[in-house]
Amino acid sequence: MAELGVRLAGLELRNPFLLASGIWGESGVSLGGAWSAGAGGVITKSIGSVPRAGYPNPTIETYDRWGMLNAMGLPNPGIDEYPTEIAAARAAGAPVIGSIFGATPEEFAELARRMAATGVLALELNLSCPHAEGYGTEVGGTPEEVEAIVRAVSRAVRLPVLAKITPNSADPAGLAEAAERGGAAAVSAINTVRALAIDVRLRRPVLAHGLGGLSGSAIKPVGLACVWQIYERTRLPIVGVGGISRAEDALEYLMAGATALEVGTAIAFDGISVFGRLADGLARLLDELGIARAADAVGAAHPGGAAARPSR
Amino acid sequence: MRTVVRITERVVETPSTVTLRFPYGPAAAPGQFVMVWVPGDDELPMSLSYVDGPSRGVTVKAMGDTSRRILRLDAGQPIGVRGPYGRGFDLSARRLLAVAGGSGAAVLAPAAEAAVARGARVTVALGATTAAELLFGDRFRAMGAEVVEATDDGSAGVRGFVTGPADRLLAERSFDAVWTCGPEVMMLKVVGSARAHGVPAHCSVERHMKCALGMCDACALGPFHVCSDGPVFAADRLLSETEFGRFHRDPSGRRVPG
Repeated sequence: MAELGVRLAGLELRNPFLLASGIWGESGVSLGGAWSAGAGGVITKSIGSVPRAGYPNPTIETYDRWGMLNAMGLPNPGIDEYPTEIAAARAAGAPVIGSIFGATPEEFAELARRMAATGVLALELNLSCPHAEGYGTEVGGTPEEVEAIVRAVSRAVRLPVLAKITPNSADPAGLAEAAERGGAAAVSAINTVRALAIDVRLRRPVLAHGLGGLSGSAIKPVGLACVWQIYERTRLPIVGVGGISRAEDALEYLMAGATALEVGTAIAFDGISVFGRLADGLARLLDELGIARAADAVGAAHPGGAAARPSR
Repeated sequence: MRTVVRITERVVETPSTVTLRFPYGPAAAPGQFVMVWVPGDDELPMSLSYVDGPSRGVTVKAMGDTSRRILRLDAGQPIGVRGPYGRGFDLSARRLLAVAGGSGAAVLAPAAEAAVARGARVTVALGATTAAELLFGDRFRAMGAEVVEATDDGSAGVRGFVTGPADRLLAERSFDAVWTCGPEVMMLKVVGSARAHGVPAHCSVERHMKCALGMCDACALGPFHVCSDGPVFAADRLLSETEFGRFHRDPSGRRVPG
């Protein structure tokens, strides 16, 4: 059987499939459940300085199996209370990556210190939520902002820092370059694509917040293009995100240049057992294609493979 | 995807409880719930009080701001409906005790009807604050169930909580299953009585919900999600594997006692 273990920014993962931030992440028991179901690691809900209820419902709209629209509004219990949940996830044995969001580089740095103190293995910075005023894309929409936030966090903590960037930019790879300049250890791409649904009978947006973020199969080609460009323009390891629900999707992302992967929306359609199926399916697919290790597939679709990456 | 439907009928059940009927296609099982969207307001999980036929229904009690506004909706007004979601009741019991507190009867009434249709003998312990608030007493009697009532003020039936008559029924008769829905402290007591008498119990549980798709974690309860693993749970698993009766989570995910 092909070897699924990968090394991401110093983390040894038993397989490339990470629980994406925002999914099964409010409770530490749930995070541990995703690990037990076969995830290679788990990323927490994005945590802020104070508790936040998020937007009123409807917060979600689904489109058969091809996509999902959400505007949760960054609900989270706040950094004072969340360490209890991380402790529960760690007790279950899960490798935990802590996701944080802030409005300024200083707020990010302070959250990073507090998150690091919980024993997480790495941090992921939410620079890309497309629907929260004052956060996410609004503070991570330009290379200058991304670089400043990543630099502030990288100086504040010793842990590897993953910058999760937005596709809602003219040049997402430019945001990844900025994260690299700021000292990121890896980049996660992509977050949801800004999107909208309207109920024609009611003549109004379906989501209470109006605009939301699209996830699921519909955005896979968008995510692949971002990963592809980031691979060719930075030297950072990449966590590929967006529409991964089958082994073929996963291998596409690896071949585009991703080292690890995040899975989220597929859980709504297929349940948490999708992690076990993805790992088994990827191992079989790699065997079928004569690829000995998942790591060998990284960047394999680029002409010249790893030589496609910029030299230092 | 949501279906926008118009309310066809509004029935005042008690001073604080209203049933809204509406046409809705997808098949549902007793105990399952739908997400009901009041455009411009909010979307809430509601167990179906009428689960089959062309006209479905939800029975709503005035609790928070949104439910109070839902109570004021009238025939002709549009609502969005999605679902049904979750897992309902196991209908295989032959001798069944249903213990309802307040609006808990909204979910137990259709489940009891389905059990009766399969040949079960159903006894109902029905509790409320006062006589006028007893929900679906006539509906339970019409299906042939025996109904034992309890009110906090003694205005109907036994004075006191419904847990008293429920415990006596369990002591005096034999049942294969207990179903309960109501305030969590009440369900805890009922489950305690059922255990003491060796009868398996199932509870219909309520938690704050957002996606209803087993994804967002808002309704996490121990290793379960109420939206996809529940809302009906075997009491043994609730007690051994979850925080049932001890804390719930507010919309931010913070633990709140009770």
